[in-house]
Amino acid sequence: MIKIEMMNTVVKHLYHAFGHVLFAMALMWVTALPARAALELEISGGSAIQIPIAILPMAESASPSSTSRLHDIISNDLRGSGMFRIINTSGMPALPTSASQIKYTDWTALKAQGLSLGEVQQAANGNIKVSVQVMDVLRQTALLQLTYTVSPSQYRHVAHLIADQIYEKFTGQPGAFATRIAYVTKVGKRFTLQIADYDGFNAQTLVSSNEPIISPAWSPDGSKMAYVSFEKKKPIVFVQSLYTGERKIVANFKGNNSAPAWSPDGSKLAVVLTYGANSQIYTISADGSNLQQITKSSAIDTEPAFSPDGSAIYFSSDRGGRPQIYKVSATGGTPTRVTFEGGYNVSPRFSPDGKYLAYIRNDGGAFKVAVQDLGTGDVKLLSTGSQDESPSFAPNARTIMYATRVGGKGTLATVTVDGLVRQRLSEAGGDIREPAWGPAQAAPK
Amino acid sequence: MNKTIWTIAALALVLTACKSTPMNPAKVEDSSVTRPMANANSNAGADSAANTDKINIKTVDVDTSKDELSAAELAKRQVFFDYDSDAIREEYKGLVANHAKYLVAHPQTKVVLQGNTDERGTHEYNLALGQRRSVAVKNALNVLGVSDSQIETVSYGEERSKQNCADDGCFQQDRRVDIVYAGQ
Repeated sequence: MIKIEMMNTVVKHLYHAFGHVLFAMALMWVTALPARAALELEISGGSAIQIPIAILPMAESASPSSTSRLHDIISNDLRGSGMFRIINTSGMPALPTSASQIKYTDWTALKAQGLSLGEVQQAANGNIKVSVQVMDVLRQTALLQLTYTVSPSQYRHVAHLIADQIYEKFTGQPGAFATRIAYVTKVGKRFTLQIADYDGFNAQTLVSSNEPIISPAWSPDGSKMAYVSFEKKKPIVFVQSLYTGERKIVANFKGNNSAPAWSPDGSKLAVVLTYGANSQIYTISADGSNLQQITKSSAIDTEPAFSPDGSAIYFSSDRGGRPQIYKVSATGGTPTRVTFEGGYNVSPRFSPDGKYLAYIRNDGGAFKVAVQDLGTGDVKLLSTGSQDESPSFAPNARTIMYATRVGGKGTLATVTVDGLVRQRLSEAGGDIREPAWGPAQAAPK
Repeated sequence: MNKTIWTIAALALVLTACKSTPMNPAKVEDSSVTRPMANANSNAGADSAANTDKINIKTVDVDTSKDELSAAELAKRQVFFDYDSDAIREEYKGLVANHAKYLVAHPQTKVVLQGNTDERGTHEYNLALGQRRSVAVKNALNVLGVSDSQIETVSYGEERSKQNCADDGCFQQDRRVDIVYAGQ
């Protein structure tokens, strides 16, 4: 049985580009769900010092009605980062919508350092024009003046872009709100690979199957997803283009094909193959050509991750007895051990800036996210669950998303690298696992 | 009539129809055979199905009568493992040997060995652990003369595990290799 649900033009393109492949895959289909809040955000903790900021409601004359207001989305982003205290403005008699209306004494009395206001107007061709000013309350000057003219479907994305700008202006670090995540859901016996905004909104299904899907990996430019599908009753590595729907088998050799990891330039993938023996690491071009064996051992070598400069591949191996993390030149050679603390460390993942290595440590029978500062060597256990796995850094390297279990249900959680701020994303009715945080997105054109 | 005898007789009927691969009796018991031919395999040395509860019938797969393998023996397709181990336990060596005999006698028949783990640990590391278990069974089959070309080792890792196991009796069921004959 083949079922194709076409909810929008993207999916139509997917189908036209790929219909023949879809027909070859019994019981699989590609769908896009209408934008909805699939995930629920819970926030706990916060930094010791939080920047007080007022995010005022905008004058909105042309906004989509089916979503939260712009200032609510921006407020949620900033609050969830743990770096900001959002000032409650509900008691204020009159809220300005332009800089000339601001009575600064009102806001200094509330100890606000920043103040954001603006408007959303109709623009040509059905677009909306979002204009925002962010003021320095003490100096009474504009810190940011932002204008975006976009399709109404980009409303939430624009809010995240504005939040990124505010975050960077006040903290000196780039934000990671206008980003996407990929994850796998299991509802009943059905697996789906989905992508969504980082806060779980605008979820879309890339692949749906009755067989497991694991290990999604974003290409560095965010245009493709590598993943492992068991649709042919064995693990096979696929690469799927998000926008054209083109779906290619990259590795389908005898035995297992799994654990895809992109090189930083997107030209090749590290994969794990077995042929007739144990799991070993190989590299292969993104088109499936030029296979090269990287590790040669009689042990398990798996979970490869390229270092951000592309020169090394880090991986999990039990070559020394218990599983630990090793590194090897990306062209092969003799591996050297990276982790020494703790009897069991697997799933290495780099922060995009190369400063941290996150991995999973078995800490007395509980699997937790650990983060190692590669400069100092210091290791910190960050997560609080007992079956935590699949760590993945935000593009700004400040937050790690991982899979955990809460009340017997698969859930996603985030924690900042300093361990101070935690969020949780859960979906009603099913398990979520295997999160992968996508790269930074370009602004809409 | 003794229900066991009916089942075994039905099994024999189905096995007669099956030319290359042994069938799984779990499915056979659900078949709608109403008049089983109790003596279909009597020429293979089985005891006749007399009207007694005590009789110990040994059904022989007519395709492999030389191997003297019973359908029940070949129907066992799961090898279980200890936690964090790929050693084949003593109690499963006979099971593996039975399949080796069958595969040596049927060089065109192919099997996929599917390794599995319990849910503890990461998806990819468990995939590798499950693979190690399927390789352990493959090595045992190789030693007994089965050709590499007849075997593919794959792993499902923890992907088919029961979730939220509370004790090792539950986890134990997930730590196994499934022997799957081609075409099944």
